[in-house]
Formats: sequence, C-alpha cells, structure tokens
Amino acid sequence: MVGPGGTDTVDLNPVRRVLDEMAPVRHEHLIPLLQAIQADYGYLPREALAEASTSTGIPLSHLFGVATFYAQFYLEPHARHTIRVCRGTACHVRGRQAIQDAVDAHLGIGDGETTEDGRYGIETVACLGTCFLAPVVMVDHDYYGSVIPGKIPEILEEYE
Amino acid sequence: MTRLGSADELFAARADLAAAADGKKRVLVCSTGCLAIGARDIEAAFREGIAEAGLDEEVEVVATGCHGLCAMAPVVVVEPDDVMYGRVRPKFVPDVIAKTVQGGEIVSRLTYGRDEASAHPRDIPFFEHQTKRVLHNVGRVDPQRIEDAIAHGAYGSVAKMLSGMQPDEVIDEVRTSAIRGRGGGGFPVWRKWESCKGYAADERYLICNADEGDPGAFMDRALLEGDPHGVIEGMIIAAFAVGSTKGYVYVRAEYPIAVRHVQLAIEQAREWGLLGEDILGSGFGFDIEVREGAGAFVCGEASALVASIEGRRGTPRPKPPRMTEQGLFGMPTNINNVETFANIPMIIAEGGAVYAQSGTEGSKGTKIFALAGQVKNTGLVEVPMGATIRDIVFGVGGGIPRGREFKAVQMGGPSGGCVPAAHLDLPIDYDSLREVGAIMGSGGMIVMDETTCMVDIARYFISFCANESCGACAPCRLGNVRLEQILDRICEGQGTEADLDTLEQLADVVRSTTLCGLGQTAPNPVLSTMEYFRDEYLAHVVDKTCPAGVCKALVPPEPALAGSEA
Repeated sequence: MVGPGGTDTVDLNPVRRVLDEMAPVRHEHLIPLLQAIQADYGYLPREALAEASTSTGIPLSHLFGVATFYAQFYLEPHARHTIRVCRGTACHVRGRQAIQDAVDAHLGIGDGETTEDGRYGIETVACLGTCFLAPVVMVDHDYYGSVIPGKIPEILEEYE
Repeated sequence: MTRLGSADELFAARADLAAAADGKKRVLVCSTGCLAIGARDIEAAFREGIAEAGLDEEVEVVATGCHGLCAMAPVVVVEPDDVMYGRVRPKFVPDVIAKTVQGGEIVSRLTYGRDEASAHPRDIPFFEHQTKRVLHNVGRVDPQRIEDAIAHGAYGSVAKMLSGMQPDEVIDEVRTSAIRGRGGGGFPVWRKWESCKGYAADERYLICNADEGDPGAFMDRALLEGDPHGVIEGMIIAAFAVGSTKGYVYVRAEYPIAVRHVQLAIEQAREWGLLGEDILGSGFGFDIEVREGAGAFVCGEASALVASIEGRRGTPRPKPPRMTEQGLFGMPTNINNVETFANIPMIIAEGGAVYAQSGTEGSKGTKIFALAGQVKNTGLVEVPMGATIRDIVFGVGGGIPRGREFKAVQMGGPSGGCVPAAHLDLPIDYDSLREVGAIMGSGGMIVMDETTCMVDIARYFISFCANESCGACAPCRLGNVRLEQILDRICEGQGTEADLDTLEQLADVVRSTTLCGLGQTAPNPVLSTMEYFRDEYLAHVVDKTCPAGVCKALVPPEPALAGSEA
C-alpha cells in the first residue's frame, strides 16, 4: 500500500470516503462505485481499484473486467474537458465529419487523445439524442447544436 | 410539501393546485433540448425582464421540456394564448414581454412563418398533423415541480387504480388496449406483465429501459426530461399489476438532464407519498432507484441491461429463460421501455377499449418519432399508428429543404433499414415496417436526400455495430468487422461485384447465428440498402463513382465529371 505524501502515489482518501459512504458495497453497486471513484479522480487509478477490491472483497480482476467493458471508464488520467463530437445518424448526414476534422485540427489531436496540457480530450459518442440540432458537439455536460466548423475555436475557448 | 394519504387527497390537491395556477400567465421556455442552442440565457432574460416589469405576481417563467418543433429552437410559448415563438434570442425578450405577455399582441418575426397567421401551434402544419397524447404534458409542465405535474393530472391513474382495481383488472385493461412494447420489438405488453406475475417468487423487479442507444432516437430522452412523472406513474401501475415492490430506471449517462429530472421526480414523488411504502394509503408499496448506464449500446438488450445493473460486464445471455422468469438477481423481471410506461396512465384513465380505438389493426395507440436528418421541421412527433411515412416527412416534417429530392428514411436505427420513396405511402405499424425490411425500433426517423450515399450509410451502421459488439459471440464480433471491411473497400473504390455476393452471404450468417438482438439485426441496414439501392452499390464497384458524391476516394458523379473533362 502506498503511503500519503509520496510523489507518484495516489491519494487513497477519496476512494476510502466513497467506500465509506456507499457501505455496505454489494456486487450490484459495482458500476455506481466505479462511477463515484471516477467522479473523484477523473479516472480509475489502479491503486484506488485495489483499495476498492480489498475493501469490498470483489476480485480486482472483476473490477478491471467491468471497467474495461464500458466506454465511460478510463484507466488513465483524462483531460479536464471532454469534447464529444456526435457520430449519430442525423449528425452523420448533416456533416459531422467536417466538425470532427475542425476539432482535430484545432487541437492537433485525434479521437481518444488528450492535449499535452491536459486541457482537452476528444471522444466520439454514438448519439447524443440531440439529432434535431445536428451536427452536435458536447463539451463536458454542455450541448452545442447546429455547429459549423468555424465556431469550434470559440466554443472550446470557454473551457479552461 | 404534503404527504398524500389517500386517492381523495390527491384529487383535492390537484384541484387546489390547478385553481391556484388558473388564469396565471406563463412563459414556457424549453430548457432541455433547446439548452443546446442558448435556452438558459433566454430563461434568465425572461426572469429578469418579468421582475423588472414588476410582473412576478401574475407571470410565471417555467423551464419546460421539449415543445417538439426543435427546428425552431430555442422555443418559447406564452400562455394562456399559446403563442409560440422560435429562434428567440435574449435581445428579443423585452419585446415579447411588452407586446405579448403584457399586451396580448404577436411579435410576427418570431413565429413559425414570420407572420401573425402562424403564431399558434394549431396554425402550424407541424402540429396540425399530430396527435399529442403521450407527449401531452411535455413542454406544458415544469418537470422539476411535482406540484405542476399534479395540477396537470399526474398520478390520477394511480389514484384511480388504488381506489379498488385488482392487479388482474389492470392487466385486463392493458390487454384490451392491445398496446405493444415501444422499445422496438413490439411484444404485447400485457403478455409480458402476465408472464412476470405468473412466476412464483419472493421478489419481482420492474425495470424502465431508458438506455436509448439508437443513434437518431431521442423520444425517451424527451419524455424523461419533459414529463418524468408520467413515466414514474406508468411504472407504479405496472409494479402493482405484476406484484413488484422494487424498480429501476436504467438511463444513459449521456443524458445528464434526463438523469437529473428523473432523480428529482422520484424524490418528490416519495415526499408526496406516491412512491415508497403505503402509496396513497393503499398498503401497496413500490420504490424506484436510478441507475446510470456506463456507455454500452448493447445494454439496451434486456439481459445485458440486467447484467449491468448486477454490476457485471453487459453481455447478453441466451434465452430462454426469459427475463420475466429469471431476470434481475435471478428473479422474475418486467422490463419495458420509457415510452411504453408513459402510455400506461392513459390506458388506466380512459380504459383499454378507448385506447384501442386509435391505431391500426395490429398496432394500437400513437407512436412518437424522432424526426431528424434532411427534413425542414426536425423534432419530436407523435402520430397515430397507421400514419404514412409521407404524412410524417412531408405533412409534419414539411419536406426536404433546399429543393432537394427525398431518397429514403432510415427507421429503427442500427437494427432497422432504409425505406425508399416507393414506400412513402406505407401506413406505419410494427408489421408493415418489418415487411419492407425496416423495423419500428424505438422510433428514430432519419430523412435522407440525394446528398446521402446509401453505401456510406450501410458502412456507418455496420461500423457502429462492430464497435458496440460486446464480443461474447464470434459471428457478431468477427462478422460485423468483416462486413465493415468489405464496405470500407467498396467506399474506397476497391470493391468488386463479387464483394456484393459476399456481403449478402455474410450478412445472412451474422443474422442467423448471433446470440442477441444486436447481432441478429446488425446486417439489416446493409440488406435493406442492397435491396433498394443496388444501383448505388453497382455504381461504386463497377463504375467507381459515388452518385451522392460522398465517398471521397471515388470519382464524383456525372455532372462534376463532365465539368472536369471539359
């Protein structure tokens, strides 16, 4: 177990607090547990999962199995702001590719990557359910509809 | 806050709340879908403007759900005259307050047709061709205030049911209504309920499937965001009928507003004695927990959804046993879709026989469609079953913009198919759509015009399914990837005619050998586009052209080609 204050160690207090709050954690709470851990750390640090495994008795392999199955979970530190360019059908037929290209070009990164400063990360999403305003981009929890490529820099600037 | 101890108390509360709201002017600002286009600033501008004008007492600003005509976003409705404005910007708000809210006049430039004649929904063709029943309260009520929902009739059917109906009578009404599940399969709802009720068990679970994953579908999102109490009410009725005390709403994490609204609605319903123990003093208890999905399309499949709630990887399992026999935690489990639950209160209120008066022989009631793509009036549409595709695309939707030609409408998402112009007059119901190679699915309708390449669309859907395959069975895990590779090749100009045969054979294998619905239906978009648009496939593999001009690796279609040669 890593101690507090070390340079490369993960602070285990947040995960312990989550485990306390959710106790008793049963198997059916596994996904909400992972969601809560990720809400604190921004991703699922291996050390935090190990702590969760020890505390709940759920095998670490199982935690990893679930964490890697669902698109929502990250095993690596993630960008501060997540940009999702919708790849739904309506967006597809209304020019989503040009939006994706504009985002990629503006940030110099591609799908699944994070900018060097950790400010932005790009993800694709199946559909944001905002098809009536296609093409759509979501930054963190904010939706932007009827987006044109030229608007991308202005939208992204809002997110520090 | 009042904890209601009986059905009579609910009716009394409704009368009081409705009386208090009666005659009050209301400014309804869509604060769900329209948030994507600045609705929050509009709402703030109205609150500020109303306060400045000293109208707080008589005018209420309400953040509502979707009004339906999303093409006009952001949308504002001024009650009691029902004046609808679109494309509203904060700078227009003072004008709307002075002229419409205070003066009762119309601000012409903000109406649908930029004239006085189209100021009310009833004057706009988009609404004229619709029958808003399930969506009745969406856009009308404040989804974050149970008081407003109750004033608009919420929980009246629960009160009616708990004032003497037996579970079997509830199932009988649902049987008479002949409603079929709105999630896609179209299975008779009553049969599922009766089956679940029939298995002896210590506990039965009820699940609302709100994992609306089909790209192009947003009706469940709109229902949960705009009228969460309507969905909860349907769940309470179903729980009573099947004998369940514990329910879950499994909702996509990609829908943060829906998650928030349904969570809030559950808390408020508990405070009011409409969820939890002893609902309305009847002795019947039922409670609901929200579970957020974690980003897996396959979890819309019932057994994968159950696995996900249990804290496992969301892989489907072979059936039988069906969920109604062995579902969540091994117990009988009844899973219905959001829209199905939202229909139920109406069936109890008016009776199954009245409900069954609308719709077609085999499909009763109305259906909500999410209309998007290359169509003028994008938005949320509710029509009786049996309406034709033409009614929806051209009547409600206003046709194709920029004078372009209708090519096809994609229905049913990745499990569905593309319906060509030849079937525009097809009355839509579960069975007719299946006959033409599409499915009702959850109700997404994406309109495509001549600028859409059907081969590219097939590739798009196969790529989606290959991506979302859970990997449990080989035909889906490998077959869809192979289909995608072949389609990639065709779109890149490397395809041959032999590839078309391979596509068909492989699609057939995937369809008949995969484990769950995702895999079984994944080839549908390929097969339906090959059936109706074979000429486009041939253009890609023989002529090496993309008629729609979408596939960049191929030479552009004729006119451009002629131009470049000249």
